[in-house]
Amino acid sequence: MPVATPKKVKKDSNIRVDAQRKVSGKAKFIEDVEYKNILHGATIRSPVTHGRIRGFKNRDEIKNMPGVKAVITADEIPGDNIVPFVKEDYPCLAEKEVKFYGQAVALVAAETPEEAKAAAETAELIIDEYPGIYDSIESMTPDAVYVGGDDNVHSYFKIRKGNIDEGFKGADVIVERVYNSGHQVHCYLENQGMIAEPIQNGAISVKGSMQCPFYVHNALVKVLGFKYSKVRVVQADTGGGFGGKEDMPSIVAAHAALLANKTGMPVSLIYDREEDFHTMSKRHPSRTRIKYGATTEGKLVACEAEYIVNGGAFCTLSPIVAWRGIIHITGPYEIENIKADSYAMATNTVPCGAFRGFGQPQVNFANEILIDELAEKLNMDPVELRKKNLLKPGSKTATNQVVGSSCGMAETLDKTLDKIKFKEHKGNDKGPVKKGMGISTVFYGVGLGAEGKYFAKAGAQVHIKEDGTVFVAIGNVEMGQGAETVFNRICADTLGCSYDMVEILEPDTTRVPDSGPTVASRATLVGGNAVKDAALKVRDSLFKAAAQKMGVKPFDIKIKDGKYISDEGEIDYVDVVDLAYLSRERVAAQGWYKVENVSFDEKTGLGDAYPVYSYSTNACEVEVDTETGVVKVNRLVAAHDVGKTIHPPSAEGQIQGGAAQAIGYALYENLVLEEGKIVNPSLSGYTIPTTMDLCDVEPILVESAYDEGPFGAKGLGEPPMVGPAAAILNAIHDATGIWFRKIPCLPEDIVKELNKDINKEPKELK
Amino acid sequence: MNISFILNGNKVKVEVSPEKPLLRVLREDLDVMSVKEGCGRGECGTCTVLLDEVPVTSCMVAAGQVRGREITTLEGLESSGAISDLQQAFKEAGAVQCGFCTPGFIISAYALLKENPDPSRDEIRVAVSGNICRCTGYTKIIDAIELAAKYNKGLNNEI
Repeated sequence: MPVATPKKVKKDSNIRVDAQRKVSGKAKFIEDVEYKNILHGATIRSPVTHGRIRGFKNRDEIKNMPGVKAVITADEIPGDNIVPFVKEDYPCLAEKEVKFYGQAVALVAAETPEEAKAAAETAELIIDEYPGIYDSIESMTPDAVYVGGDDNVHSYFKIRKGNIDEGFKGADVIVERVYNSGHQVHCYLENQGMIAEPIQNGAISVKGSMQCPFYVHNALVKVLGFKYSKVRVVQADTGGGFGGKEDMPSIVAAHAALLANKTGMPVSLIYDREEDFHTMSKRHPSRTRIKYGATTEGKLVACEAEYIVNGGAFCTLSPIVAWRGIIHITGPYEIENIKADSYAMATNTVPCGAFRGFGQPQVNFANEILIDELAEKLNMDPVELRKKNLLKPGSKTATNQVVGSSCGMAETLDKTLDKIKFKEHKGNDKGPVKKGMGISTVFYGVGLGAEGKYFAKAGAQVHIKEDGTVFVAIGNVEMGQGAETVFNRICADTLGCSYDMVEILEPDTTRVPDSGPTVASRATLVGGNAVKDAALKVRDSLFKAAAQKMGVKPFDIKIKDGKYISDEGEIDYVDVVDLAYLSRERVAAQGWYKVENVSFDEKTGLGDAYPVYSYSTNACEVEVDTETGVVKVNRLVAAHDVGKTIHPPSAEGQIQGGAAQAIGYALYENLVLEEGKIVNPSLSGYTIPTTMDLCDVEPILVESAYDEGPFGAKGLGEPPMVGPAAAILNAIHDATGIWFRKIPCLPEDIVKELNKDINKEPKELK
Repeated sequence: MNISFILNGNKVKVEVSPEKPLLRVLREDLDVMSVKEGCGRGECGTCTVLLDEVPVTSCMVAAGQVRGREITTLEGLESSGAISDLQQAFKEAGAVQCGFCTPGFIISAYALLKENPDPSRDEIRVAVSGNICRCTGYTKIIDAIELAAKYNKGLNNEI
């Protein structure tokens, strides 16, 4: 497919298509959608982290409380008591056993939210408490309490490439370290919420806040025991997702649908912040042990790594998270000899799942600090060390995938260093506040990759109306990232109409086939290609109609500035549409795209893991107050190779917002669990960055076109979150001379280390 | 209990218990939907409204406290045209992503520009520090408020 740059547009048309409804407060988030005679749901939850359910002490009392219309327990689920994710281990409602604090056991519907809440709070479950296990390393021990999976392993992957022993024998210098990271909470501003409503012909319709309408559809079919045609799922405006609304909304929707199905009335189930904190997914805490071997010249010759994540009580998406982690764990470098293992462990904590970066921020944080530690040991500039090893077109990744021509890795590094003036930063800070700079480099497999290839597809419908305006039905969603605008641009630029003529319809599972999830930076590439495919099909009709009028062949026509042009003349887009309507040509078409040629051999861990990679470099300047341990990021520059940019302001916004989450991840966000229970389930207990904590992130867009992408685009949503943590910790080292190997890196951690005389080597591992 | 107050310039009367949060009164009893609940505990700023022209988180204000006072929401500022520059600036600067926090930010920004028509970036940071955004990293929101200040100087002396 030839690559073309979208046409230049005037300033005003840079405005996102969803901006007006959002600045006017008229966007309809699920809690803003009004229904008549609606009931309100609430969830009765486990008060313990692990135990056997003996019974429901006061079910009759609950049922007779004011306003209560229904109480549902697991035995009343009409279909299967399973919310389907990667594995089928997560019950919709706990039946015999509870495995984490807050797990759903029963549901209530009442006339008001207060009545529903009061009923749920009054419920008394009889539970025999079991001992729990909360730490992933403990979960691996032979005498650990059994929680789930295969001996508490939710999933295991490995990579074996070259000869690891020979590789390390050929190394002059070897460094090995262990890095730890904590949970991270999505903190989308809009909590989870769904409304389920019985509709005509015995079907049920669910509307709500979500990233993946088709996951929700599958879950409802499973739990209700309905046919696919008796379920409809519609996405409402969604107040942020970041992965937290990938799989979790299936649970919320299934619960709302069970209540609606039982009562025959619409039921709203909207979480409050505390409930959302306790029960919805988180970024996996991790322990990464990694070892690099290099020659004195700085050539990386071997890498051994072990990645252990705490998956929590149920498997959800842990296998794919751990898989993405291991594919990227050796860093964006060409290394011949690799041995890597990843484990997602079961514990009695809240299930962890998708969060922007999906297992990669944890490993990037580890390998990108280790590469700096290696540089120190080699007495080499960390930039130079990276440059000797970075992936470039023709290099082989850890899984032996050959890097294609769309690879702006080196350009992102050069542009970032240039902008932040990396070479000029060495100051002589006399006072207690020390400045430092650090960098990190990232490669990122776009989309779901070989382990998610069954979802690696998307549909769309483009339908031109009589006046030339266009309806586009899509299967991938807007959740703040700008997908509506990207689809609008791709459709308009393909048809040659203006942006204001293209309406993106709300995602609805009855309009478009299963388009996979809206995750993994895949919407632009996969959904965008589906829109383009549909638009091209309709454009054929327009070419035909215009050709007939001008007396030329359809392939003689080109589109320029909203006109269909041939040697015989030109016709405005709207007039071409008119001609197409007069000659009764097809004016609507379904588009389709599927990702081909990905592979992964589970025995060796080798294969073409992803269709293409995005590349980025982060550099930052920090100030460390060595008396208080407080770190301030003064500047953060992030350059991203995105293929081609479809909508620059949205692309910049992704970079700035992702980096902000990463600054929080590195320095502030500290979820505290005591005996498996979250003790700070609020936005004041778990602090995310405010305007006072962040600098202005400086984005740089690097374009290295990808032939398969729509207008050359790759994907951008996740990469901005991946790299900054390591850059920040490398900068803290630059400022203080101390390597910190745990995030969040809190002031107390820094002060504690500064008060030690020497930076001790970490304990040897068994 | 009967509570009367001025909402967006009009006198309104609601029959609610005095401890009901203003946020719920606005949404449930008066259909004011721009006011969002993000936390219910005064931590996120998505429910920011003006109480006698001062920005407050409406989840932390009890209905009884607003009796006889003046409440202004995005709806009111929009219909009077008072925030048209801010809205345009938010759109042009790319300050909107998911949009859930946007009404709260616009209210806080409006209150700032009314007090201080020419704020520095640091003054903007302080003024909106009670509003949390998880999508943007704030840069483009601060850009938007700076841009609105510029528009105000050229186009509109009202704000």
